[in-house]
Amino acid sequence: MSYHSFLLEPISCHAWNKDRTQIALCPNNHEVHIYKKDGNNWSKIHVLKEHNGQVTGIDWAPESNRIVTCGTDRNAYVWTLKGDVWKPTLVILRINRAARCVKWSPKENKFAVGSGSRLISVCYFEQDNDWWVCKHIKKPIRSTILCLDWHPNNILLAAGSCDFKCRIFSAYIKEVEEKPAPTAWGSKMPFGEVMFESTGTSGWVHGVCFSDSGNRVAWASHDSTVAVAEGGKTAVCASLTSETLPLLCVTFITENSLVAAGHDCYPVLFVYDSNKAAMSFGGKLDVPKQSAQKGMTARERFQNLDKKATTDSKEAVLESVHKNSISQISILNGGKAQCAKFCTTGMDGGMAIWDVKVLSIVKHVRVQMQ
Amino acid sequence: MSKNTVSDRFRKVDVDEYDENKFVDEEEGGENQLGPDEAEVDSLIRQGNLMGALQAVLKSPPINTKNQNVKDRAEGLVLKVLSSFKSTDIEKGVQSLDKNGVDLLMKYIYKGFERPSENSSAVLLQWHEKALSAGGVGCIVRVLTARKTV
Repeated sequence: MSYHSFLLEPISCHAWNKDRTQIALCPNNHEVHIYKKDGNNWSKIHVLKEHNGQVTGIDWAPESNRIVTCGTDRNAYVWTLKGDVWKPTLVILRINRAARCVKWSPKENKFAVGSGSRLISVCYFEQDNDWWVCKHIKKPIRSTILCLDWHPNNILLAAGSCDFKCRIFSAYIKEVEEKPAPTAWGSKMPFGEVMFESTGTSGWVHGVCFSDSGNRVAWASHDSTVAVAEGGKTAVCASLTSETLPLLCVTFITENSLVAAGHDCYPVLFVYDSNKAAMSFGGKLDVPKQSAQKGMTARERFQNLDKKATTDSKEAVLESVHKNSISQISILNGGKAQCAKFCTTGMDGGMAIWDVKVLSIVKHVRVQMQ
Repeated sequence: MSKNTVSDRFRKVDVDEYDENKFVDEEEGGENQLGPDEAEVDSLIRQGNLMGALQAVLKSPPINTKNQNVKDRAEGLVLKVLSSFKSTDIEKGVQSLDKNGVDLLMKYIYKGFERPSENSSAVLLQWHEKALSAGGVGCIVRVLTARKTV
């Protein structure tokens, strides 16, 4: 497990290139910085300046090596590497509020942007006009879209929103693809069709993730719950209320286990049992440093009692690796089926890389491989 | 200044009511929710069966109803039960509740904080401490994020 502190400001969002040697991140301003791994250090090799507002989402397409960014200036840009320079192409999203998140589809011929305009813009490239065009998914979204994730079939899109719901939409664009085969979520998939809508959890949906097969979707919501729904004739939902602060991001690491992280500053493992349709807490994944227990003098005890009304000797210092909320989690190796390494970035400006095998040995945490 | 800028009545108009995209919560039938049964709870308190009274008063919470009287009555009843516990028994009371029970108890505790009376804050703070150790911070987050509350 390694931790690198990039900045003093929060990292708004990040994305990795295909071979994980470069990371593109937004240092809480209007730019995107690309860092390259240089042994044990990271050196800044590119600065992408085009947005007029904070960059809220970055996604790097592994095969076509294009970066898409979206920001609070209501725009999205697709960047292509020409020689040694990244050249932007503006995409008109036709939204009148900030864009919040962006994701390339698995085949990289489309991308989806979630925004505060209460809609999702699904953008695809029109060869005839040499121009990115977008279609809107509006109904029945009633508030800002906070997070998106694509199903492996390139058609279905899961969206978490501030109207307390996680939904799966069809983003089928007949201009760029064939009619899709039926999935666990349904067989008729015209553009904009709602295949699934969650009930049961309240609170803004901060993070959403499809499993590797696409048959399950997990979401983390602001009422400190995490839930998994399994597609079928009737979708089966299982949710788990946690005793911690809300989680902001969630990802599957195998078909049955999820890692989530949020305002408590450490990643947590959850395990889903499909037979019982229930979720359980799998353990904290942080490896705290063993701090020496200092003895307290009587004077210190009295001062604590005076200042904080408690004689508790616990210091107000976070023992976790990240010193502030973790806002994004991304899979580095192994995909969502057999993840070997994942990366977290947060509001403390740092990035931590976690090794699943090491964590399961150190923490005696059983990650169910299937 | 021209005449039509003299009146400031326009400042009292609630513009949010006219916003056609205003978010409205889903209406769930709450007309039949009457809150916990007063007679049952009172008899359990009189018998000294405080655990039973706690379980009874946390049944059928008036979450969906718009009738404020029902909600106030329920809150008063819960406060009566909570005050009749001995300080040493509070922890056992909290342990006897399941996860949803602890969340509901925390909702009533915060509702009770809103309108403090003679001795209520002290009692509620004791219950709050025990409920917090059982439900964690997440329990309080759920009180804050609940759209429909007691």
